Amino acid sequence: MARNPVTWLGSPTFPKAAKEALNDTQLRQNLRKATGTIRGRRAAAVAEMTDWEMLRVAGEQIKDDVLARLDTLLVQLEESVTARGGVVHWARDAEEANRIVLDLCRAEQATEVVKVKSMATAEIGLNEALEAGGVQAIETDLAELIVQLGEDRPSHILVPAIHRNRSEIREIFQRRMGVEVSDEPADLAEAARVYLRQKFLTTKVAISGANFAVADTGSIVVLESEGNGRMCLTLPDTLITVMGIEKLVPSWQDLEVFLQLLPRSSTAERMNPYTSVWTGVTPGDGPQNFHLVLIDNGRTATLTDSVGRQALRCIRCSACLNVCPVYERTGGQSYGSVYPGPIGAILTPQLMGDLHDPLAASLPYASSLCGACFEVCPVRIDIPSVLTHLRAEVVEAKGRTAESVAMSAAAWIFREASRYEKAQKAGSLARFLAKDGKITSLPWPGSKWTSSRDVPAPPSESFRAWWRKNRCQE
Amino acid sequence: MTNTAAREEILQRIRSAQVPAAVPVVRGYNQKGPGGVELFAERVADYRAIVHTVTNVPEALEALKGKRIVAPEGVPDEWLIDGVTWLREPLSIDELDQADGVLTGCAVAIADTGTIVLDGSEAQGRRALTLLPDYHLCVVRQDQIAASVPEALQLLEPTRPLTFISGPSATSDIELNRVEGVHGPRTLEVLIVI
Ligand code: SF4
Repeated sequence: MARNPVTWLGSPTFPKAAKEALNDTQLRQNLRKATGTIRGRRAAAVAEMTDWEMLRVAGEQIKDDVLARLDTLLVQLEESVTARGGVVHWARDAEEANRIVLDLCRAEQATEVVKVKSMATAEIGLNEALEAGGVQAIETDLAELIVQLGEDRPSHILVPAIHRNRSEIREIFQRRMGVEVSDEPADLAEAARVYLRQKFLTTKVAISGANFAVADTGSIVVLESEGNGRMCLTLPDTLITVMGIEKLVPSWQDLEVFLQLLPRSSTAERMNPYTSVWTGVTPGDGPQNFHLVLIDNGRTATLTDSVGRQALRCIRCSACLNVCPVYERTGGQSYGSVYPGPIGAILTPQLMGDLHDPLAASLPYASSLCGACFEVCPVRIDIPSVLTHLRAEVVEAKGRTAESVAMSAAAWIFREASRYEKAQKAGSLARFLAKDGKITSLPWPGSKWTSSRDVPAPPSESFRAWWRKNRCQE
Repeated sequence: MTNTAAREEILQRIRSAQVPAAVPVVRGYNQKGPGGVELFAERVADYRAIVHTVTNVPEALEALKGKRIVAPEGVPDEWLIDGVTWLREPLSIDELDQADGVLTGCAVAIADTGTIVLDGSEAQGRRALTLLPDYHLCVVRQDQIAASVPEALQLLEPTRPLTFISGPSATSDIELNRVEGVHGPRTLEVLIVI
């Protein structure tokens, strides 16, 4: 089987890449500024909602229901899309998906296609595959365009160019667009508008992802800000939408939950500027050929893991990245994958399905387990639990050792937040037991861990407690 | 349908994962909200859109005089005041691109989030009409304003092409700050008719 392009070929393991990134002060400054801004704004957008926790619970339950009935719902989606004039394709892996899309482009004799930002197409390396097949994919989302023109890699789910500040963006635009432009964000946006306008008006094929697909109506939903999505979804003759098989919701009513959870969690807005919904083909309005490509690419394998499968609830809001102290310091590219940050640390290794791969095996360790990601996640993915569970699996993959036993114990502790808090409190007490800065024994339940290794003495206040006090409230 | 083998294999893999049935969904969140014209107006304005509350639409359209404005099918005759060059369908992409603006009604509005929703019916036109002109003037009747997102979704027909609009086109892609004005209309003006 071909390698899964969810990780970038030749990427070093997380600790190696992180070490390098930590030396890049400009990068850290850019990230601190950007994530700091969004953290504060998200907290305010969420605080406005008196029913936020109920929405999170409903979001979790709807997505769990989707995973439990995935086969039936996918067949239902296929039926409703087909009934409305769309064509549904199925792809087991990245290679198969890319071939389907390339064949569709060729059938339309397209040498250029416009694209709306999509994690699914980034995950399967679609742009590279199209290019190899003689089709140029033009990214139209501002941040994607910055990455594409800068011949760079993405570092964030929502804002792939988050690692670039305005003056770096200016430099890229001047060099690649051949225009004079200031570093004012409004001027940079204007430059992108002018650069892409003719492409939108003349390109015949567009490719998009999907935020949600409604099984019972066949409606596809894309949330965006700039209007580039509307351009791609409306003007071309042919629209190809590539979507992971887990992006479903059972019914139209379920969207009422996600249309409230997603904008506030991702861009910290009450609502994002534009949301487009379409169902198959509408005569006289928008693309008259619609193709929906459903991709597995490691998702069904992830589904078999009773702890790890909750990663498939993810709606790609990126809130967990923005609050993660590790992400803020190392940047997204250190994760070696299109999915960085806490969600990347649990999703990438599972999609790859190979814990013998050094990068995949290093990702579950790319976390301090502070728990901030779980607190902000709109679909309540217990990322710390999945991380420790995967750590245990990594160790397991290396053979059963004393460490693997300790890791399973740690996984058990982290599975329940209360147990974790207890262990952390015990950890704070443990500081008094330390000799030479090392602890050789911890009170239960930490004792299960220290039975196989010395742990460094924790500070008197646990990192998780400190983080909650100082950062989560921002 | 294409590639049956892939379809069968994926469905088979899902079945063999044997995911246990989920608990029933508890919809304990708010179905309604305070709603109202004032809240809607305030929330639309928060996106830096221009908002007016009016009683007479034709009077409020005076400012369009001298401009070339797209008017979709179903726009009431009384809105088509003299002194404006009204552009009517069929219109080409280039004609839309060169128009000064577009005047529409809407299907539903949402007070809680300051959102207007177009569904392509009466007075809204196909989606390109409200996308290419750089200025969008949208007329919202008081009785079209739903209080909350759940209320609004119940009023919509999901199989129509829908566009939810919350403020002018914007981006958060430069240092995660919202900047108005990228590809969609850079100016959004909303007339609330009471
Ligand atoms: S894991 Fe949760 S917080 Fe992170 S991107 Fe996915 S939905 Fe958002």
